[in-house]
Amino acid sequence: MDTYYDPKDLTAFSDMGKQAPELAKAFFEYYNKVFAEGELSEREKALIALAVAHAVQCTYCIDAYTRACLEKGSNLDEMTEAVHVATAIRGGASLVHGLQMRNVASKLSM
Amino acid sequence: MNKHFATDDTVFSGQIKPFAQTLAGHGLEIRREETSTLQINTGLVCNQSCAHCHLDAGPHRPESMDLITAEQVIDYASRNRFETIDITGGAPELNPHISMLVSELRKHTSRLLFRSNLSALNNGQNDDLMGLLQKNRVVIVSSFPSINQSQSDVQRGEGVFVKSIDALQRLNSLGYGSAENGLELDLVSNPAGAFLPPSQEQAAKRFRQTLQRKWDITFNNLYCFANVPLGRFRKWLKYSGNLNPYLEHLISAFNPCSAGGVMCKSLISVSWDGYLYDCDFNLAAGLPMNRRKTHISEMQGKPLPDTSIALADHCYTCMAGTGFT
Repeated sequence: MDTYYDPKDLTAFSDMGKQAPELAKAFFEYYNKVFAEGELSEREKALIALAVAHAVQCTYCIDAYTRACLEKGSNLDEMTEAVHVATAIRGGASLVHGLQMRNVASKLSM
Repeated sequence: MNKHFATDDTVFSGQIKPFAQTLAGHGLEIRREETSTLQINTGLVCNQSCAHCHLDAGPHRPESMDLITAEQVIDYASRNRFETIDITGGAPELNPHISMLVSELRKHTSRLLFRSNLSALNNGQNDDLMGLLQKNRVVIVSSFPSINQSQSDVQRGEGVFVKSIDALQRLNSLGYGSAENGLELDLVSNPAGAFLPPSQEQAAKRFRQTLQRKWDITFNNLYCFANVPLGRFRKWLKYSGNLNPYLEHLISAFNPCSAGGVMCKSLISVSWDGYLYDCDFNLAAGLPMNRRKTHISEMQGKPLPDTSIALADHCYTCMAGTGFT
């Protein structure tokens, strides 16, 4: 193995069911239901998934949901905005913890 | 966007399971049924050079149906009643005999379709043709790949999106695209790359909302079609290293249920030079009906039901997902 990640692994995702098959079955049924059309469209759910994929930095998910977004009718402008949403939340999450830093510093300082 | 192109254009050779073999593996056979549609390709001349064009049509192509062939096509249509006659190109607007074809073919069918890229129809020189289409209540089927300007212009050429919006507004002003008056305006969307199209129903809802809200445009139907790996699109697939993955993706989306509705079962396609094909994609691939060149002037009647249809690997496109009608 030259790298930890191989794009071909994505197509073998279901192999995770070779052990603990009942857990895998439950997971994949749940997964498919989550992404089915509901109050949110399949296109909107794919955009959310793309943003989350960037937040958790899952290369498999970025690969899969870039294609899914395009095939659900989203365009690069929308997908880029979705990534910025993830970026803003990640960045904002760091910055808002600055308040904790300020509280601790305030308590320790004269 | 940065693109990393492969230099080897032979990547897929021998690696793809033949279409006929896949079909047989599902116990399926595609044979001709009653032929109800006559499709006429007026030529490969086009004012655009769309990246997804399976015919490699464009301003550089000289092929265009001449008067003798146009008259032979009209004669054939007059002797064989087709429910639908479908005029396509290239850009049919740029064929010098297009007005005659529209006027004469309209007499021989209840449903005449005219496929337009919109920019050729609304170029300032085809107002009479637009009026003729309206007067004859011809259905206009227009290319409109995306509601996103940059995505559309990458595929069809700089500035085409704005021209298309202008053309759709003009057609709406002529009465096209509303539910009431029967002047049908349909849109066709193709993906801007090596991926499959979205669900037609969901895309139609979104196109309808966006076109109405942003540009006050209405239309009747949206058709979402996958790109066929032929012509200019195939060259791009090879050049960009996407050919093999795209074909594999089409195969992975193979839907046996699509076999029932594929257009080649009920359509005959005549090329700009009068030769016959089972569909426009076989025309692009140079794969004639019955695998031998037959001129429309030699045809007495419609192709017989239960005759074979020429199949090739590009047929995977019509069997992917919900198919291609």
